[in-house]
Amino acid sequence: MSTLEENAGPVNDPTTDYNIFDPEFVRDPYPTMHEIRESKCPIAHSNRWGGSWFPTRYDDVVAIAQEHEIFTSRDIIVVPRAAAQAEGPYAGVAAPPITSDPPDHHWHRRLILPVFAPQSVAKYEQGTRDLCNQLIDTFIAKGEADAGTDYAQQIPVRVIATMLGVPTEMADEFTGWVRGVLEVGLTDPKVRLESRLKILNFFRQQLDDRRKNPREDDLITDLLNSGDKYPVTDQYVLGVCNLMLVAGIDTTWSAIGSSLWHLAQHPEHRQQLRESPEMWPTAIEELLRAYSPVTMARIVDRDTEFQGCPMKAGDRILMSFPAANRDPRQFDQPNEVILDREHNRHVAFGSGIHRCAGSNLARLELRVALQVWLERIPEFSLVDPASVTWAGGQVHGPRICRVRF
Amino acid sequence: MRVKVDADSCQGQQMCSIAAPEIFGSDELGHATVLIEGDLPSELHAKARRAQANCPEDAIIIEE
Ligand code: HEM
Ligand code: SF4
Repeated sequence: MSTLEENAGPVNDPTTDYNIFDPEFVRDPYPTMHEIRESKCPIAHSNRWGGSWFPTRYDDVVAIAQEHEIFTSRDIIVVPRAAAQAEGPYAGVAAPPITSDPPDHHWHRRLILPVFAPQSVAKYEQGTRDLCNQLIDTFIAKGEADAGTDYAQQIPVRVIATMLGVPTEMADEFTGWVRGVLEVGLTDPKVRLESRLKILNFFRQQLDDRRKNPREDDLITDLLNSGDKYPVTDQYVLGVCNLMLVAGIDTTWSAIGSSLWHLAQHPEHRQQLRESPEMWPTAIEELLRAYSPVTMARIVDRDTEFQGCPMKAGDRILMSFPAANRDPRQFDQPNEVILDREHNRHVAFGSGIHRCAGSNLARLELRVALQVWLERIPEFSLVDPASVTWAGGQVHGPRICRVRF
Repeated sequence: MRVKVDADSCQGQQMCSIAAPEIFGSDELGHATVLIEGDLPSELHAKARRAQANCPEDAIIIEE
């Protein structure tokens, strides 16, 4: 039940048979989400991909996220993992704190929060700005570029590498590994396992290196040295490194890509941002709401009825933050991008105890990437809307997105 | 009007400081702090309400 072929086939009724990897859903999931949300079953169920529930209303998604004792984070990937994945040398390595449940979740999260506070991430702003300018230098003279591959994809991986103290020259390799886990690997278990092994082997070496050569002001060294405060193990530190790479790259890259894709088609929004720079903070929140990249999963702990749905222990729930963020019960004109939207209680970063730890970094990267782009390339448009390619499932965003300027 | 943050509910995503940077700041973990002790000046009341409405954790308490 884990390959594209086994799960393909036409979807007649999305409320009983949605397919999150259907090419049309991957490209534009919002009409299907709308159809489910306004149907008799706003919490849909499908047997594809090992079976899952799919809540689409804001209140339901938030309620499930808050009930972390019943709806656990034992597995947060949107499809079941291949049996082989549980074995091998790294069987016990998870991705704390995202895969942790209380009580351990508390310290798993507590330990990494300080590096992500607004005042801590501010030190990456200038470096990110320089990076964005260098990327644009490589293509600005050509009058055409791929806003996905040449730009959006290049930024978060280098910021995270800097944060983890690992070589930024390995950016392409890191990107390949992360796509292997979060994109290609979701429908190809072999790729997923191989990519996971590459990530963990790499960080295993980094841990050994930091033990021998501790560094100043270095996240991995600091984590290894936190044993006096918390029961830190190598498995924990490996898991955190794994998560930072996996959670910090595809997600932010998708947010930057979707925002550029949107701006390429909306000259009036480009103009608004040029003329009213004070609008940036709300504009960033609005772009995150409208094009929320991330869907997570929960595993039901014990048989329970939720909004009339008979959920069984072990069932998977897809936490569609993208669907929640377009619920008209919560947002006026949810399908419109309103850059100065005042009332915006979006959940692009989730809700409850697992709310994104990296959100301040993600916001900074998104803002700087868009600001630098608009400074250098104020006017641009899609070369061919039909040729834009998309990734979906766990993380939604454009991959190839050619623009002309 | 006075504002408080319920530390048990706050998950530290700073939607409050985006809506009302004059009123909310961040501690070293990224959780919200209130920058104005005592009564808020009336010109900040609307912003305080907006911050409260935008907090996805219902962590902001307003006393009037
Ligand atoms: C626009 C970009 C991003 C989006 C939309 C996003 C979204 C999310 C979401 C929805 C969750 C909640 C997971 C759940 O409920 O199971 C989450 C958790 C998390 N994210 Fe992000 N994320 C982004 C960028 C980042 C970055 C740059 C980092 C930093 C490396 C990061 C690190 C984390 C961590 C560590 C968690 C786990 C928190 C916990 O379980 O306590 N994220 N993210
Ligand atoms: S918006 Fe709410 S949860 Fe977020 S930092 Fe402010 S008070 Fe805390």
